[in-house]
Amino acid sequence: MNLWHCLIDVLPFQWAHYAFMQNALLAILLVTPLFALLGCLVINNQMAFFSDAIGHASLTGIAIGVLLSLADPTWSMLGFALFLAVAISVLRRYSAASTDTLIGLVMAFAMALGVVLLSRGGGFAKYSRFLIGDILTITPREIVRLAVALVVVVVIWCWAFNRFLITFLNRSLARSRGVHVWAVETGFAAIVAAVVAISIPWVGLLVINSLLIIPAATARNVARTTAQYVILAVVFSCATGVLGLVGSFYWGTATGGTIVLAAMALYVVSLFFRR
Amino acid sequence: MTEEPTRTPDKVQHAARHSTDARPCCTRLVGLGVQLGTTTVLENVNLHIHCGEFTAIIGPNGAGKTTLLRALIGEVRHTGQLVFVPSTGTSEPRRPRVGYVPQRMEIDKTTPLTVLDLFAGVQTRRPVWLGHTRRMRDAAGMTLERVRGADLLDKRIGQLSCGQLQRVLLALALSPVPELLLLDEPLAGMDHRGTLLFYQIVSELRLEMDLSILLVSHDLAAAAGVADRLVFLNRTILADGLPTQVLQSPLVRDTFGLDLAGIPPMPTASLSSMPARCCVPEGKTQ
Repeated sequence: MNLWHCLIDVLPFQWAHYAFMQNALLAILLVTPLFALLGCLVINNQMAFFSDAIGHASLTGIAIGVLLSLADPTWSMLGFALFLAVAISVLRRYSAASTDTLIGLVMAFAMALGVVLLSRGGGFAKYSRFLIGDILTITPREIVRLAVALVVVVVIWCWAFNRFLITFLNRSLARSRGVHVWAVETGFAAIVAAVVAISIPWVGLLVINSLLIIPAATARNVARTTAQYVILAVVFSCATGVLGLVGSFYWGTATGGTIVLAAMALYVVSLFFRR
Repeated sequence: MTEEPTRTPDKVQHAARHSTDARPCCTRLVGLGVQLGTTTVLENVNLHIHCGEFTAIIGPNGAGKTTLLRALIGEVRHTGQLVFVPSTGTSEPRRPRVGYVPQRMEIDKTTPLTVLDLFAGVQTRRPVWLGHTRRMRDAAGMTLERVRGADLLDKRIGQLSCGQLQRVLLALALSPVPELLLLDEPLAGMDHRGTLLFYQIVSELRLEMDLSILLVSHDLAAAAGVADRLVFLNRTILADGLPTQVLQSPLVRDTFGLDLAGIPPMPTASLSSMPARCCVPEGKTQ
């Protein structure tokens, strides 16, 4: 961590001398590729609504953590998000309702439960900040968590990417090739849920959903092959993340929102370069 | 346009070959049944499919044709047995290795996935986002050559016409060579020329690889035109035999309204009479 601080301190910019900016920069450089990698497959699997639902439901994870008087609600958030991911997957398997409807149902239940639990203790306002998130308050310990998440996702993307790709393209084709379709779908949902849950207190729901969708959607406009798609999504994500962070420093704006606007701007540009 | 361009020579050669073969390999479905919730979709389906045989499953909507395919690829649970019996050796009965050509896939036109990406994704574990090895490229190119699609390797899946896509999926289903090739309504959405080319290639490959093929179709004319054998399925097998025989069955004639349409009791067998329902005509998409 010290090494990183010294390294950034050398940069000839005003923002590079503040510890909170140095931390935030490192967090952004970890979070943006993480979400870009996830986002490519989230779009392929049409799961944008799912990550949104998990994000909203994380409030309930916090409420459960408060009830159990855990010192760090991250673990209860993580547990609850994983529970929801598996629940949605099970419902999809045994219910005739469409996935949209099931996710909507589960989200409504989870959010209502969270609001009820938190309002009883009178702490609703205290915890709602978790949904907005503030990357500038991130601490080295939390950065380590994000780093671990990134490493885990990269390893899984090396090991199982093709199975995800084929399953989301055509379940029957994947099944005929011996892929355990349900395990793959549930596993993917669990990974997305876990990453959303552990990053939400600092990154915020708005930024998570934007970073999942926008860079991958931008890359889709210009990429021809899957390799280009994934690599470009990561590059676009990192670039707009850093741009948004630095921009927010000079303009005195909210970091999350600025990052999202930077990503959107690049998306609009990409529309003119569609292949 | 002449009908059934390759069928007759096929059958002759095929019969000749099998006469020298003491026991051809085959795939057996014994008492196969599928229960979805409280509904019995299939029950007591018994079918022997010999290697080199082209069997078409026909039946009305909701007869369980697609469910049968899904059971064969392992997507839904079934009762009864599905075993592959090889021609030589006395290996343990096991499930056949299937090759599956899905029904027309709903593909987002903008999906950044090339034909080569698809091959690598299905056939290897090396993550596609790291690019492709020379070997993968050559292997996929050779497989595509078999379906006259070597030029499609770097095309995006979304750019392909229906016919091209079905040929690519066929090539994919053929490597490795399957013991049972399943074609799920491959005609749906294909134009006339694409259909002819597809079946011409299937016929050639059937001879070359001694493939067992199971086609599922609701298009009676097309099925009767290409298959050696028709199986009429409606929850269980109700008629099974040569196309001429099955098309004479009163049950089949009634189900498909053949008498109402004034079709005489003989195989219609006319690919040229099939409606062209393609979204994009072959060769007009680039």
